[in-house]
Amino acid sequence: MIRDITIGQYYPAQSCIHRLDPRVKIVCTILFLVSLFVQNSIWGYALATLFLAAVIRASRVPLKFIVKGLKAIVMLLLFTVVMNLFLTKGGRVLVDFWIFRITENGLRTSVFMAIRLVYLIMGSSIMTFTTTPNGLTDGIESLLRPLNRWKVPVHEVAMMMSIALRFIPILLEETDKIMKAQIARGADLESGNLIQKTKAMVPILVPLFVSAFRRANELAMAMEARCYHGGEGRTKMKPLIYRAGDYAAYGITLLYLAGIVVVGRFTG
Amino acid sequence: MEMIQARELVYEYEKRDDEGNVIGMSRAIDGIDVDVQPGQFVAILGHNGSGKSTLAKHMNAILVPSGGTMWVNGRDTKDPRELMQIRQSAGMVFQNPDNQIIGTVVEEDVGFGPENLGVPTEEIWLRVEESLRSVGMLEYRTHSPNKLSGGQKQRVAIAGVLAMEPQCIVLDEPTAMLDPNGRKEVIRTVMELRRKKQVTVILITHYMEEVIDADQVYVMDGGRIVMKGTPREIFSQVEELKKYRLDVPQVTMLAEELRRRGVQIPRGILRKEELLEALCRFN
Amino acid sequence: MSIQLEHIHYTYSAGTAYEKHALKDVSLEIPQGQFAGVIGHTGSGKSTLIQHLNGLLKATSGKFYYNGEDVYAEKYNMKNLRSQVGLVFQYPEHQLFEVDVFTDVCFGPKNQGLSSAECEERAKEALELVGLPEKYYRQSPFELSGGQKRRAAIAGVLAMRPKVLVLDEPTAGLDPRGRDDILEQVAHLHRQTGMTVILVSHSMEDIARYVERIVVMNRGEKMLDGTPKEVFAHYRELEQVGLAAPQVTYIMHDLKERGWNIRTDATTVEEAAEEIIRGMKHSYD
Repeated sequence: MIRDITIGQYYPAQSCIHRLDPRVKIVCTILFLVSLFVQNSIWGYALATLFLAAVIRASRVPLKFIVKGLKAIVMLLLFTVVMNLFLTKGGRVLVDFWIFRITENGLRTSVFMAIRLVYLIMGSSIMTFTTTPNGLTDGIESLLRPLNRWKVPVHEVAMMMSIALRFIPILLEETDKIMKAQIARGADLESGNLIQKTKAMVPILVPLFVSAFRRANELAMAMEARCYHGGEGRTKMKPLIYRAGDYAAYGITLLYLAGIVVVGRFTG
Repeated sequence: MEMIQARELVYEYEKRDDEGNVIGMSRAIDGIDVDVQPGQFVAILGHNGSGKSTLAKHMNAILVPSGGTMWVNGRDTKDPRELMQIRQSAGMVFQNPDNQIIGTVVEEDVGFGPENLGVPTEEIWLRVEESLRSVGMLEYRTHSPNKLSGGQKQRVAIAGVLAMEPQCIVLDEPTAMLDPNGRKEVIRTVMELRRKKQVTVILITHYMEEVIDADQVYVMDGGRIVMKGTPREIFSQVEELKKYRLDVPQVTMLAEELRRRGVQIPRGILRKEELLEALCRFN
Repeated sequence: MSIQLEHIHYTYSAGTAYEKHALKDVSLEIPQGQFAGVIGHTGSGKSTLIQHLNGLLKATSGKFYYNGEDVYAEKYNMKNLRSQVGLVFQYPEHQLFEVDVFTDVCFGPKNQGLSSAECEERAKEALELVGLPEKYYRQSPFELSGGQKRRAAIAGVLAMRPKVLVLDEPTAGLDPRGRDDILEQVAHLHRQTGMTVILVSHSMEDIARYVERIVVMNRGEKMLDGTPKEVFAHYRELEQVGLAAPQVTYIMHDLKERGWNIRTDATTVEEAAEEIIRGMKHSYD
């Protein structure tokens, strides 16, 4: 169950999106996310849908896989929809029942909000599905490099991120194992109030932390043994170099963004 | 020149109480001499807590001796300026396959060492491909390490060390967490490397079957070296090995049991074929 | 009193792309008091199988009776099953969490709702059964050696006084002496308490000496089931699925092939030595 979470995973495939420079994917994803929030019209969303659909198609990641990633935000999604639905005032009243009042504006806002959230997750998960975590951290490291001037340890932060990504699945599996072991010893993880439930987590969290520290220790040793000594003098197996395809991707995204702005002008 | 040489090696660490105050010193290694010639296959045996892993960590300068000296390829491990050279020339493979793979994709993990050494990009690719090919993991190069079996993970770890082009590989209980198939797979890989690349191999283990091809076997107990010799010499002393919490392959046990019951067969039988031959002389 | 599995199937992530048949039509009956071994390599389904025995996993289809009661019936008390069938996972020391060993061992009985006096009595009994000396009772479990930690963790399950004890790879990562010590202790425990013990392992040589029955799992199916002698007679089939019989089995078969007049079913070094000597005398006659 815990293994069903697909957010943040890498989906190996051969596609033009996979081959793009991670920096392009990061920047374009941010531009896409921005585009979702600068407009608020049917035509704008239609354009965004078109763009997203094209990218998903080109990435060769099955839609099913991407949709699975949405499971994690179902609660948040429902909450947003309900809040917007009932709390937005204005426009024609559609339903008026007891204390509930749904207006045309409310319906419109909540639907758009839901689409925004879903696209936000889908857009960013396309980035993680098509970029190896290492590529992602390389991209972030490269984009943030200017911060080095202000003594921000960019390389170290990037390395930490990449290691965290590598160990998330391992620790999830470990959590699963420890939970089973404690259930086998009669631990009750489900019933009780919030305080009891929190207390019931202790037998799981303590072993998990102990194990995480042991792993961290061993990993640090293994890295040292392989001559790791920080970012200085390090070369890259996969250095980031912009190619024609990357410029094209920037171009297409900018065109899309321009399209959004134009649509916003004419319909907004 | 010796690949690895230790003279009167001592390693002490502080014992602390619950508040972190030092309450005494503990000796994990207590005056050890080791000599490993280039190209040799040397095995170090010992039960858990005998000091064998501590010794292994000295060969890669992860630990530095508190007394005596350790030379790797002629370089003193106490000299911080030699650190990178030492770690490059004596690569290390650890016990837990999960906790030594850094990359999230097999090939990126293998490239990690060369990256740290500052090897140019094109050469990293060549080395990664060559290393993965020599451990038979080339077809998994774009896979996630999480999806591999224990034996495959260890082979990736070995490739990661090979990509640094070391003269010597130190394997610290590489098979302790694997099932029998994984164990065979890893040992077969190591033996093949030894044949093809003439690389020095130091294998730390408590599985006796893995050391019968070694040139030299050291047995450790209580931080000291208590036995030293060829596998045949070591395995002919079954009782003594038992004293050090070790055991011998079942074939050797059977030969020993037969000898004990008065059958005249030679000491130190290591392989099934040897025992069969010895027995068939009677019939 | 027994464990009875009938046509158990288990499928992971049914209906998705990751669907995997972990168990296929496994039927098995283990009478109370038996000392049984389950053998198979990683991915053979042996770990999945034993998780069914205390209800951590529920079969996709098939029946499971414990002492004649249908475990999958709606009214069945799962908590009761879990205290009857104790499951010791691989590397059980990774589940230790309390401030000292004794308190940790009390965790199980406490969950069973027993009084603290009773918990302590059971903890003491369990720690004695695994042979952990009293001086360790008040130590932090994280300060013990590997073998001691493992004993403490096994005691944590024994303290629930299960009728069935299932151990998943109890010797993984231990050195030869540590391995023998733990197995001896388990055998001793079996003799002393008469509980059913199910030992999961991938090493034939380790368990051949102790168990009265071996179940071999392969690709989610039960491949062989019988006494060690019966199972090792199929040593060629075992080899084909990546499992090896003990070395002595091979020696006995090879001797026979070379014309020795001996039985080939020895499973331990002692038995083999005896049979070889008998074979030698025989040929002198």
